[in-house]
Amino acid sequence: MSPKTLAKRAATVGAFAFLALGVARAAAPGSAVSIDNFTFNPAPIVVSAGSTVTWTNNDDVPHTVRADDASFHSAALDTGDSFKFVFTKPGVYSYFCSIHPKMVGKVIVR
Amino acid sequence: MSDDDEGGHSRRGLLKCMTWAGTGLVWSLAGGVPASIGLEAAAATRKARGFSFVQISDSHIGFAKAANPDARATFREAVAKIAAMPDRPAFILHTGDVSQLSKDQEFDDAEQILNGAGLPVFWIPGEHDLLDEGNGKAFLDRFGKGTKGAGWYSFDHGGVHFVALINVQNLKAGGMGSLGSDQLAWLKDDLAGRSASTPIVVLAHIPLWALYPQWGWGTDDAAQALALLARFGSVTVLNGHIHQIQQKVEGRVSFHTAMSTAFPQPAPGTPNASPGPMTVPADQLRGVLGVREVNFIPGRHALPIVDQTLAA
Repeated sequence: MSPKTLAKRAATVGAFAFLALGVARAAAPGSAVSIDNFTFNPAPIVVSAGSTVTWTNNDDVPHTVRADDASFHSAALDTGDSFKFVFTKPGVYSYFCSIHPKMVGKVIVR
Repeated sequence: MSDDDEGGHSRRGLLKCMTWAGTGLVWSLAGGVPASIGLEAAAATRKARGFSFVQISDSHIGFAKAANPDARATFREAVAKIAAMPDRPAFILHTGDVSQLSKDQEFDDAEQILNGAGLPVFWIPGEHDLLDEGNGKAFLDRFGKGTKGAGWYSFDHGGVHFVALINVQNLKAGGMGSLGSDQLAWLKDDLAGRSASTPIVVLAHIPLWALYPQWGWGTDDAAQALALLARFGSVTVLNGHIHQIQQKVEGRVSFHTAMSTAFPQPAPGTPNASPGPMTVPADQLRGVLGVREVNFIPGRHALPIVDQTLAA
């Protein structure tokens, strides 16, 4: 098993643990979302109001970050490109990649 | 080639295929069942046919990563294959992802290189061609003159009706490709009044059948388009997007995805893979890139197809 695969499995286990603990009590590991292997990681991220969330595309194909309600959206992010957005109000913000819409994520602002 | 094609000869009728001599001519088919008929028969077929055209796809001009450091170079090689085809094709269809990032320079280069074949070219966008600020305006301004909506259109050639559909616009979270109600209404009007014996060729970037929904390889509202096409005796659907040859026959509709000229992608559902560029050893790359020749033979329902790799 490659280190990447191991890391992914660990991330998956981590994600399940995260869900099992409940979103409210699990602390988000910062406000960075990595786009890797056609997934947003972490897919649900919890931040406090006023936080800036930064998405970085680590894939070798372009992706975008687009709110389901179009309240925020990035330009196409090529490899290594980032997009930042400040979340001022509490709420749940669902987003997806408009190029690969199977890629979905959420920002939960407390 | 899927397992369910076994025995398709008798069931689907007229599914004769040819395998041309020489490496790189992967196979040609009519309905998905390969069978060798040899060069003489191939020559006879060429004489009898009405015309041929070429499908080229997923050139991703501007892509320069491990899976292909120079997508322009392989695109040029693909165009040289077209120019060298023994029977001059009537025209070229580019089924999308012309560019990597919708940059003017990428579109410029793609257009110049493909025009080098000296044939008329019909274009549709892939999702990579809608990444400009205008969400596809740059593509449409250049390649979509006279088209409707997000760039859909139809035309006739040699008794065949060609329909170019756009399924990469206004994609919904969690969804796959999408045609949308406006385009479906247009399609209904476009097909209305046409004889059921008119052969139909449909182009769309993302596959119009649910090839692998987990990777988004399908079109959410394709069933509505296929319902409109159901009364026609011969429907050939040509798609790109997945950078490999996959095919399926459903009734009188045959579906075919094409190779890319830039880089391959994993087979559907490959474990631990994602639907992105797949790096193969450099000396094998040209064996998985290529172009497609489609032949129309009057009186035959199926359109024989020859997929030719760049390694030939």
